[in-house]
Amino acid sequence: MSRITETSWMIGGPQGSGVDSSATLFARAMAVAGFWVYGKREYHSNIKGKHSYFQIRASHDVVRSHIDPIHMLATFEDSTAVIHAHEILPEGALIYDPGLTKPEVLEMDASVKLFPLDYEGIIRELAEEEGKPAAKLAIVKNTISVAASLALYGVGVDVLEEALKGLFHGKKSKLVGINLKAGIKAYEAIKAIAHAQDFKYQMQEQPNKPEAESRLLMNGAAACGIGKLKAGMRFQTYYSITPAVDECIYLEQHSEYGIVVYQAEDEIASINMANGAAVTGARVATATSGPGFCLKAEGIGWAGMNEVPTVIFNYMRGGPSTGLPTRSEQGDLLFAVNIGHGDFPKIVLSPGDMEECFEDGFNCFNFAERYQTPVIVLVDKALANSTQSIKKFADQGLRVDRGKRVTKVDSYDPADPSTGLPKFPRFQITEDGISPRPIPGTPGGIHFLTGDEHTEYGFITEEPAVRMQMMEKRARKLLVAANEIPEHLQFKVYGPENADLTIIGWGSTKGAVLDALERFAEQGKSVNYLHIRLMSPFPVDAITRILNNAKQRLIIESNFTNQLAKLIRQETGIDIEHKAVKYTGRPFSQCEILEAVKEVQEKQSRKVVLINGH
Amino acid sequence: MATKQQTEQTLPTLDVKLKPFQLRSDKNPDWCPGCGDFGIVNAIQQAVSELQLQPWKVEFFAGIGCSGKSAQYLQAYGIHTLHGRVLPYALGAKIANPNNVVIATGGDGDGYGIGAGHFLHAGRRNVDITYIVFNNEVYGLTKGQASPTLEVGMQPKSLALPHISQAINPLALAIASGYTFVARSYAFDAKHLKQTIMDAINHRGVSLVDVHQPCPTYNDLHPKEYYTETVNSGQSELPRLQYLEETGYNGFVEDASDLEAYQAKKIAAIAEAYRLTDRVVLGTYWKVDLPTYADRLETNIPLLREYAPMDVPFHDDNMIANTDLSSACEEFVV
Ligand SMILES: Cc1ncc(C[n+]2csc(CCOP(=O)(O)OP(=O)(O)O)c2C)c(N)n1
Ligand code: SF4
Ligand SMILES: [Mg+2]
Repeated sequence: MSRITETSWMIGGPQGSGVDSSATLFARAMAVAGFWVYGKREYHSNIKGKHSYFQIRASHDVVRSHIDPIHMLATFEDSTAVIHAHEILPEGALIYDPGLTKPEVLEMDASVKLFPLDYEGIIRELAEEEGKPAAKLAIVKNTISVAASLALYGVGVDVLEEALKGLFHGKKSKLVGINLKAGIKAYEAIKAIAHAQDFKYQMQEQPNKPEAESRLLMNGAAACGIGKLKAGMRFQTYYSITPAVDECIYLEQHSEYGIVVYQAEDEIASINMANGAAVTGARVATATSGPGFCLKAEGIGWAGMNEVPTVIFNYMRGGPSTGLPTRSEQGDLLFAVNIGHGDFPKIVLSPGDMEECFEDGFNCFNFAERYQTPVIVLVDKALANSTQSIKKFADQGLRVDRGKRVTKVDSYDPADPSTGLPKFPRFQITEDGISPRPIPGTPGGIHFLTGDEHTEYGFITEEPAVRMQMMEKRARKLLVAANEIPEHLQFKVYGPENADLTIIGWGSTKGAVLDALERFAEQGKSVNYLHIRLMSPFPVDAITRILNNAKQRLIIESNFTNQLAKLIRQETGIDIEHKAVKYTGRPFSQCEILEAVKEVQEKQSRKVVLINGH
Repeated sequence: MATKQQTEQTLPTLDVKLKPFQLRSDKNPDWCPGCGDFGIVNAIQQAVSELQLQPWKVEFFAGIGCSGKSAQYLQAYGIHTLHGRVLPYALGAKIANPNNVVIATGGDGDGYGIGAGHFLHAGRRNVDITYIVFNNEVYGLTKGQASPTLEVGMQPKSLALPHISQAINPLALAIASGYTFVARSYAFDAKHLKQTIMDAINHRGVSLVDVHQPCPTYNDLHPKEYYTETVNSGQSELPRLQYLEETGYNGFVEDASDLEAYQAKKIAAIAEAYRLTDRVVLGTYWKVDLPTYADRLETNIPLLREYAPMDVPFHDDNMIANTDLSSACEEFVV
């Protein structure tokens, strides 16, 4: 029997029933088995009861996205099978509770193999052995469905044990035993089903197992948080909002770093507290999502006007208004690059995968302090909430840049306090537009800040000449940033040079496109990918050159109005001729990228609308 | 939560006393002649001089309004923020770096109107800052509209029609919200105002000083003369201004761990703030020593006993980031 090297697995259930922990356990087990893993989490804005699901792809090679069809659907209640059974591939597997689900009424391929699992019986047996009430053990059904799935895939029970130990460590380690016992019973139950041995999609053992403990299985929100910790951020403000809150909770759990995570009374307080802390010399950020990002506009403008290095993370969910609170969208790009009234420089970054989350989480503080301007980081929910196995972060030798931060002024003589009093030209006109920035507490550094237009000492002025000088000085910083920020942090081209088709994208789309490029290469199609990370200052010259040299261009993004295409047109004058969008709030699958390219290459479609996923 | 704690304020001081004029910035105030704001900023300069604070360790925040301009006039780090947002700025700065002295100022519209949410929540946190509100019952800088402290039925000359919303009582609101020092003073009572500001800065925790401030341009109801007039008590003419000490009232909490006495005192302080009188009563209505936000942070995050959040080391001498990520990554390792 031939085995496969890559699979797509799904588990679903009502929210609050343990879908997330089952998926985490499965992903961990597949990683322990040596596979590379990618997982996508979909949930409602609801606490208990509504349908949620987690889709996991495991492979011998690195995977960065999901595919639409599934090889195996694991369920422990009825609704998941009803909603998702039609996605199971021919000869795929359905694991279900025969007391709850009737396969004959499901809409699915007739060749799907059925694996009824007597959850109640297993739990009852376990309860008797343990001398505990069965109701107390109901939660092990998550482990039962994962174990049954592993058994079907041909992954050993030793892997389950190790994954359980990884999941339940420290105070929770006492849970390993009971879950393992439940898991072993599930393995036995699957073995007892005769056609289990003939299951078509068993996983071939990984020949190139990565070294144990050499990787991380994590999500984008935590990757951002880790980058920020490395950057020295020890203060973060927020007001609770999905999905930004995930990063805040993660950071608050790591008080050993001395980090203050402050839950403010609202987003206006959050941004302005961050500004206050940044003025005082701290590396500080505020994290939010769409509705909260709107409330921060005035504060971001203040930071721009006063040249204060405040970092703002905006986790993008479906808009407008409360929109799709728990779904993903790349809908805040144009708002972010234009946020705040009036003209002021701002840096806008958007990471596309876990590594870029870490990098941008680290670099945003260097940029904020070097260019003395607010930095906005846009992370789509699909990235924040996805799980992926990655190599450990390259976190050695990273350089901290605090720019022209001043903590000592030479003219100050401690014997004569009046030498600490003179005012300091905080907004001195300089060639690069960047002025020395004394930190409050520094004798001799006294200066003034105001959102009104100001002189170089920070005194309010309405003089036309000073106004012009200050506007120009602030604007110059962005030109300097555009020249200095290393190219690989601005954009990158993946795949063959001089390809027949160039895909352009940003944010989490990167994963699906890179996976698709591998398929194109196999098919002998010549397609490459331009991934853009720096949205402001926009890398005008380089992007213009790349786009002008491209033979055919397709831009893919998950919003309604093709916001990156508009930005590119505004900055370069180039109108990209083929566009693919998705605005269901669900991220792109690898299959959808293939589909979009096919539409463009075969039918010359100008606009493709993608819709997959529940 | 009332536990034993530090109650002594430690301020960064100089050995010598700078003259108040040395604490004036180079910028001349542009307030209308006779504006109470002159009195308040003078008193702040006097207080900073008297306390011998190192001026460069003072972060002086202000909101937006006529009052907000004050941030430009003290020779210290002066930060003119956004309308209604002065408290978030001040709190953020103080939490990040507790070693500086943080003073926040702003108008009554700024603090009790657009910034009301922040005003209330600042009480809950008890961050060690001093908040001085310039209370002139109007929005001065936007030409005299009603502020939240204007009483119902009043019609200063800038209003087209009598005011039909009720006024808030800032002192009662502050006490109820958790401020640990609440006082009222008057812009042109230089001595009382200076002393009150000094007491507030010396208080360890969040302090509110609500300052009655004449606005000769828009508020003709309470000009300077109103405060120097006498009030007929039936038997005699009494000065308008009365000091709380004269009334026998004492709003200082001796022992916050005696919860019943503490509660009773709080209710009495709110009652005192609501007492009907024709006089303007100045003084400290409420003072209690409770753990500050920084104290509570240190309990949760022991590293902060050693470092201010902004000073936690994160790089070596060559500016290479040296935070060890192993505990942050531990749960993800496979
Ligand atoms: C968000 C915002 N809304 C409105 C204004 C316009 N504005 C400037 S000052 C002010 C009111 C000032 O009143 P107050 O706070 O009492 O200060 P005063 O001028 O009386 O000292 C207003 C509404 C503004 N600057 N920002
Ligand atoms: S308008 Fe009133 S508050 Fe404003 S400066 Fe003039 S007198 Fe003072
Ligand atoms: Mg006012």
